[in-house]
Amino acid sequence: MQQLLTTALTGLTLGMVYAAFALALVLIWRSTRIINFAQAPMAMVTTYVALVLIDAGLSYWIAFAAALLAGLVLGAAVERIVIRPVEGATHINAVILTLGLFIVLNAAAAVVFGSQYRSFPAPFGLRGFQVGEVNVALTGFGIFTIVSVLVVMGLLVALFRLTDLGLKMRASAFNGEVARLLGVRVSGMLTLGWALAALVGSLSGLLIAGGSLVHPAYMDSVVVFGFVAAVLGGLDSPVGAVIGGLLLGVSLSVVSGYVGSELVALSALLILMLVLLLKPGGLFSHAAERRV
Amino acid sequence: MTKLWSNTLLRHVLLALVGLAVVILVLESTSAFRNAQLTTMAYLAIAAGGLTVLTGLNGQLSLGHGAFMAIGAYTAALFYQGAEPALPVVGVLAVAILVAILVGAVVGVAAARLHGPYIAGATLALAIAVPGIALFFDGRLGGEQGLNVRVPDAPGWFADLLYFVTAHDVTTSKYIAYIGWLALIPTFVLLANLSRSRVGRTWRAVRDDEVAAEIAGIHLGRARVLAFVVSAACAGLAGAVMAMAVRITAPSGFTLVLSLTLLTAVVLGGLGSLSGALIGATLLTFLPQFVTGLGADLGLSDLQAAELAPLVYGLTMILVILLAPAGIVGSARGWQRRRRERPAKAAASAA
Repeated sequence: MQQLLTTALTGLTLGMVYAAFALALVLIWRSTRIINFAQAPMAMVTTYVALVLIDAGLSYWIAFAAALLAGLVLGAAVERIVIRPVEGATHINAVILTLGLFIVLNAAAAVVFGSQYRSFPAPFGLRGFQVGEVNVALTGFGIFTIVSVLVVMGLLVALFRLTDLGLKMRASAFNGEVARLLGVRVSGMLTLGWALAALVGSLSGLLIAGGSLVHPAYMDSVVVFGFVAAVLGGLDSPVGAVIGGLLLGVSLSVVSGYVGSELVALSALLILMLVLLLKPGGLFSHAAERRV
Repeated sequence: MTKLWSNTLLRHVLLALVGLAVVILVLESTSAFRNAQLTTMAYLAIAAGGLTVLTGLNGQLSLGHGAFMAIGAYTAALFYQGAEPALPVVGVLAVAILVAILVGAVVGVAAARLHGPYIAGATLALAIAVPGIALFFDGRLGGEQGLNVRVPDAPGWFADLLYFVTAHDVTTSKYIAYIGWLALIPTFVLLANLSRSRVGRTWRAVRDDEVAAEIAGIHLGRARVLAFVVSAACAGLAGAVMAMAVRITAPSGFTLVLSLTLLTAVVLGGLGSLSGALIGATLLTFLPQFVTGLGADLGLSDLQAAELAPLVYGLTMILVILLAPAGIVGSARGWQRRRRERPAKAAASAA
């Protein structure tokens, strides 16, 4: 009972982080049809930005905001400098570019920040609370994780549903040519989309790092989990990504708690395989699958 | 002679024989350290050759070839635990290839049903997942420390043959280098023939236009899975050679960086070109030493300098895609073609 509760709560918190990361992947996929594998090292770099600021004596919250801002800038810069030139070319080139960026950022971070493990502080407690005999493994930081991801998601939904800007972004993603004819600056919208995605990615990086150790490769497995979560949700739907993230978080937490943490990545692979074989459009797909 | 040259199989076999002669010459005239480096180059080239067929000819991006190398390496390492190996080297390599083929078929079937990003993501997951298996079954697979590989001595007939040809004695590192290159040459001949054959044309057709390929009667899934399996087999072979060369098989040898590095080799040389894969593997083998030395000269610590090599790989990968998407070999071919066409065009406009 105790272990089941702990597993479920840990899974829920982790799932929220995976959901945020999957959301970042989906945002970019919807607008540019690229899976940005460099999302993981980008989030890693912004987390290091926060760590440097914290080590310099600034408060956690300033560092937190600075990291998110750095994510925004980094995302826009990557889109403008690296991705823009191959827009419209074969998609394989764009993916190779994101992988090149993956290697570059990982190596550059190791050169600049060092490749040793460094601890990252958390603004809230890392211990659960007691209810009678049972220890509830919902930590202060866990609650913060869940709340902050929910807030960011709420803001994104508001942006896309309620504002003019969101409508323009949706129009550019839906059909760039028509949107351009209607007077939307599509290229600017794409840049904004990448920037927002990188911001959400940075948030997940900060949340994973909180209260644990950071090193240049610490996000590498998260990109896999985020991708699996996004595929679970259908790769095209933000809501699906969130649900996929939560499902994946809980299942992986069960594997980690009852079988062994070494097999977490393997189970993610198996889940991905099962989804691709049984329901390739994601768990909630109802659109027609493409034949070729 | 030109007629001989136009026969694909004959041409490839002739090239292979020339290659074999060059390999013997180079291996016999270089030091043990260089021999070891050349072994590294051989196994990287085998894996890169398989990957270039998959990515260049069939348009599937695999980020998990390091995992297939790990599968081949662990298979080979399990054979070389005791004093007396149960199988001769060829048998061990064959079993490693077979295991990689089986896993490759499963992954390939799952991913081939879908499009680009799915296969990239699935193979990425594979690259992250496979080292975990070695950690989980640490009793059998040695956990974090990995498995030590007892490399067998060169068999008597091989030592005699080598002495007969070159009048040199065979050392263990030289023996491994020969294994690597004798594995590479037939692999490349097979891959070159395959890419020129009906199968290769099928793969290209699937890459270029799926709808047209299907209308022409090509079974898309079958073509994709076959390409994936061939490519995985190469990676398995490469892994088995790597196990013998490195003499230890541990999870830390098969990180995501290895998979991405192989992709660098393929992109650098030129997608779909086997000679490009060879060039890429050469750069991967010899560049790190050079760059690390450069970093040490610039006053970086050893740990930092070691990261310069991947930094350079990544940067060149980005630059190649942005500036010369055809890679080294592809760009050279394009340049050659333009040079050939220029006089022809000039003549045409003069007339």
